[in-house]
Amino acid sequence: MWLCDSSIGRKVVMSVTGIALVLFLTFHASMNIVALFSAEGYNMICEFLGSNWYAVAATLALAALVVIHIVYAFWLTMQNRRARGSNRYDVTARPEKVEWASQNMLVLGIIVVLGLLLHLFNFWYNMMFAELVGNPTMGGLEATDGFGYIVQTFSCPVYTVLYVIWLLALWFHLTHGFWSAIQTLGWNGKVWFNRWRVIGNIYVTIVILMFLVVALAFSFCPGCMGGESGQLMMSQPACIEGVCF
Amino acid sequence: MEKNISFKLRFWRQNGPKDKGHFDEREMKDIPGDTSFLEMLDILNEQLIEEGKEPFVFDHDCREGICGMCSLYINGTPHGKTERGATTCQLYMRRFNDGDTITVEPWRSAGFPVIKDCMVDRSAFDKIIQAGGYVTVRTGQPQDANAILIPKEKADEAMDCATCIGCGACVAACKNGSAMLFVSSKVSQLALLPQGRPEAARRAKAMIAKMDELGFGNCTNTRACEAVCPKNESIANIARLNREFIKAKLDD
Amino acid sequence: MAKIIDSRIPEGPVAEKWTNYKAHQKLVNPANKRRLDIIVVGTGLAGASAAASLGEMGFKVFNFCIQDSPRRAHSIAAQGGINAAKNYQNDGDSVYRLFYDTVKGGDYRAREANVYRLAEVSNNIIDQCVAQGVPFAREYGGMLANRSFGGAQVSRTFYAKGQTGQQLLLGAYSALSCQVNAGTVKLFTRYEMMDLVIIDGRARGIIARNLVTGKLERFAAHAVVIATGGYGNTYFLSTNAMGCNCSAAMQCYRKGAYFANPAYVQIHPTCIPVHGDKQSKLTLMSESLRNDGRIWVPKKLEDAKALQAGTKKGSDIPEEDRDYYLERRYPAFGNLVPRDVASRAAKERCDKGFGVNNTGLAVFLDFSESIERLGIDQVLQRYGNLFDMYEEITDVNPGKLANEINGVKYYNPMMIYPAIHYTMGGIWVDYELQTSIKGLFAIGECNFSDHGANRLGASALMQGLADGYFVLPYTIQNYLADQITVPRFSTDLPEFEQAEKEVRDRINHLMGIKGKESVDSIHKKLGHIMWEYVGMGRTEEGLKKALTLLKEIRKEFETNLFIPGTTEGVNVELEKAWRLNDFITMGELIAYDALNRNESCGGHFREEYQTEEGEAKRDDENYFYVSCWEYQGSDDVPPVLYKEPLVYEAIKVQTRNYKS
Repeated sequence: MWLCDSSIGRKVVMSVTGIALVLFLTFHASMNIVALFSAEGYNMICEFLGSNWYAVAATLALAALVVIHIVYAFWLTMQNRRARGSNRYDVTARPEKVEWASQNMLVLGIIVVLGLLLHLFNFWYNMMFAELVGNPTMGGLEATDGFGYIVQTFSCPVYTVLYVIWLLALWFHLTHGFWSAIQTLGWNGKVWFNRWRVIGNIYVTIVILMFLVVALAFSFCPGCMGGESGQLMMSQPACIEGVCF
Repeated sequence: MEKNISFKLRFWRQNGPKDKGHFDEREMKDIPGDTSFLEMLDILNEQLIEEGKEPFVFDHDCREGICGMCSLYINGTPHGKTERGATTCQLYMRRFNDGDTITVEPWRSAGFPVIKDCMVDRSAFDKIIQAGGYVTVRTGQPQDANAILIPKEKADEAMDCATCIGCGACVAACKNGSAMLFVSSKVSQLALLPQGRPEAARRAKAMIAKMDELGFGNCTNTRACEAVCPKNESIANIARLNREFIKAKLDD
Repeated sequence: MAKIIDSRIPEGPVAEKWTNYKAHQKLVNPANKRRLDIIVVGTGLAGASAAASLGEMGFKVFNFCIQDSPRRAHSIAAQGGINAAKNYQNDGDSVYRLFYDTVKGGDYRAREANVYRLAEVSNNIIDQCVAQGVPFAREYGGMLANRSFGGAQVSRTFYAKGQTGQQLLLGAYSALSCQVNAGTVKLFTRYEMMDLVIIDGRARGIIARNLVTGKLERFAAHAVVIATGGYGNTYFLSTNAMGCNCSAAMQCYRKGAYFANPAYVQIHPTCIPVHGDKQSKLTLMSESLRNDGRIWVPKKLEDAKALQAGTKKGSDIPEEDRDYYLERRYPAFGNLVPRDVASRAAKERCDKGFGVNNTGLAVFLDFSESIERLGIDQVLQRYGNLFDMYEEITDVNPGKLANEINGVKYYNPMMIYPAIHYTMGGIWVDYELQTSIKGLFAIGECNFSDHGANRLGASALMQGLADGYFVLPYTIQNYLADQITVPRFSTDLPEFEQAEKEVRDRINHLMGIKGKESVDSIHKKLGHIMWEYVGMGRTEEGLKKALTLLKEIRKEFETNLFIPGTTEGVNVELEKAWRLNDFITMGELIAYDALNRNESCGGHFREEYQTEEGEAKRDDENYFYVSCWEYQGSDDVPPVLYKEPLVYEAIKVQTRNYKS
């Protein structure tokens, strides 16, 4: 199968999974924005994406994408290290043209994965997983109270810092990943090269900003979030207790 | 008149692919600025021979930047650093300063085993071309040359792709040891021309299969190859190769 | 002991000879081709195209080169273009005209029949290369573009930017690669031919040295083809690549192949001048620059003095004080006179003291007028890469505005000076490209070829590919047709044993000298003598002196050479020493021939034989022949000369005139 046994095929797998994940991030970021304006609305989405068969199926598909992306990343890196040979250059100079991110995609990817694990622990474990195991209040709040979990998580400055680092790594990863995926799929050329880079950078920056805004807003002014329904929820004290380790 | 410079030269010595290798050092004195880098190495070798030592071995031939034989990794850049791209033989000492330390290494990549010192074995490139880097045409009486019309833009672009000299700087610079820029330049040249179209799918598949088989790495689009290519080959070629390859595979 | 030199030219009018030959020659049937082996030494235009074509026909081919890949052969460095009589420009070109121009350009010292054949197949070459995917320059309509070149009044040169040789070689290399893939050609890279093996008077194999392991290996075949290029590096400084050598040719010469016309050495007018004693090679700036560049020196001696002292720059000298000496002397051809004429004219000016750099050995090549006429963009499109190359080497940008005097804009001129570039002489071959040793063929620059005493620009590529694609693959069959019953040879035969032993002994001898001089330092001395006495202007006295000095060089080589390292593995110095040995022999051969030829023609200029205006004076009465030199068993014995008389049927021999 050429997607496994040819170099371009393997890269195509990276690209396609990568693009799919970018699309997921876009959706996720848009969803998060809702939390800024309406706690109720946000929680409705959370409920919608609870332990329904379609949401679980989508989650499994998503997980599969992530796993494939990661497995291929390690596989490619191992092959590339072998191709590089055992002798290293004594002196190296990175040409200006070469982005730092492009040469450190695996490291960035690992940071992203670590962030992802934290994120799953903070949210998914308490929400979808809690529903799946039939213990909806496992995390202290209702499993569908996504808004509550956001407030809870970002009430802890350590988490905020970790999330910011995570998002930054993700941004670097994606600035290279976006046009690189297009390039690998062959939709590039001398003219489109710069266009794709600009489009990619803008797009990725917007997505990451959307995440960042939510994280920072909830850290610094949780009280102003979620519109009227947010105010209502914030008045329930359970919300803030027992977090931050 | 330009002034002469003195500097410390660190050059790689390695006796065969299995040897571990090490750097030798030497103070080079009063080298004129209009000496080419390879002429500077000639001076080094004259000195070494005079002392009864074996000369420093490196590949070189035409010394005008077209044969692709010279292959030195100088101060962290294949062929040394220039603005518009040049081979080692086109690098002049005026680009260095008095008191510099200049480090000379071979191409380091599993695909290019060291033969001696900085001379490496690049026969893998020949094997990739042999796998399909040609238009199959019998010597004899093909149609009149002007019977194949090729728009100037296409011909010029194909020419740019065909300018690749097969020096291997792209592989040397790539942290993945990938030969994609080399392969894509040949595939692009022939894919752009009508003469090359009939075999385009077969060619892309065969050359990539051979490249993979020979142990070159997977391209991760770092653009290091493009940045150091002495002939300014573009990674647009790599996109074209990807396109040709994916199309060929999807058609299967 | 005058031997009859038979060039085996077919019967009939010159225009029909090749057709007649092909119609009547013997062929080898496909089944038999598989049983015949051919060794091709060299992978340049001639070697690669021959190996590819022979392999494709079904012969089993062994192809050798000294570089790490066939694509490195020095054909790759040819810049300008390739001639063909296509008449795509509708400017009156024809096969006959290309033939005529080539014979005339060669100062009437070429073999008519060969040149006509060359002109005839020139068109096939273009078709072949285009079919291979060679990206020749095109016009907007998609048709092939042409440019003009020295020595012709039509535009018949096809080109691919300034890298025509590269593109043609890569075309031949791709054809070769295709055959390697098909299994018909076996490729041996980093192998150097060390000797020719002759069995019963026929070339049957070679001894080659694996340059990586240092081992000597034997290869047998039914025929041997050498395509190993010219001997320009005899002069140490030349535009040839560092690895170019004449060793394979010298081995054939020592085994009895005649060497023809060694004195015909082409000096290219547009090279970057020598800058210092550490220089290893000279860089050619394409002759195509002469299309739009104007060559000049100052009119006034004091301006030249100032230029030499560095107190003035070329752009400081206004139009009226410039002497465009080529345009002045040769109004009809101007800056586009043939190479030998342009080179000598530059030497003449510099000898008179008008040289323009610190050594006094340079003239200007100026683009001010064409930049004004065409605009800088147009000029850069044509010559941009050459300008870049020039700037990289000299730190001067010829496309840069440098001065304005009285409203006239002056750009930085390039400096150029003639340098050894190509050798018209070579192994003598007959019409079939077979040498005087049966079964040994020589093609490309390596043979004495079709260029007579001087080669026109863009003709070397034409000849290399003509020999390799379209001539040798036919003519070699005429030889091989009666070899089909000869079984493959064993490399254990005593002839192989003997040849290998001789090579080994010679290598051990060289390694054992253990003197003080490096190969390069002796080579530089050789080059000095050659350039000084056997270079652009030769005299009887100088040539005799050169022969004496060369004896001394030989002695120094034999007694004071030092090669570090061992015979095992890579030993670059040993390779160079082996080649230098042959360069010394070659140097003597050039001098003997130059001394014999008491006339001036093409690339051979004897100062005693010139007109009052300083033009070459030929002597058709006494020297209308090809000099064929035979080795006499030792490098210390002068070679013996045989003459192949030239017979001209189609062309009337005239004095070359580029004035009107």
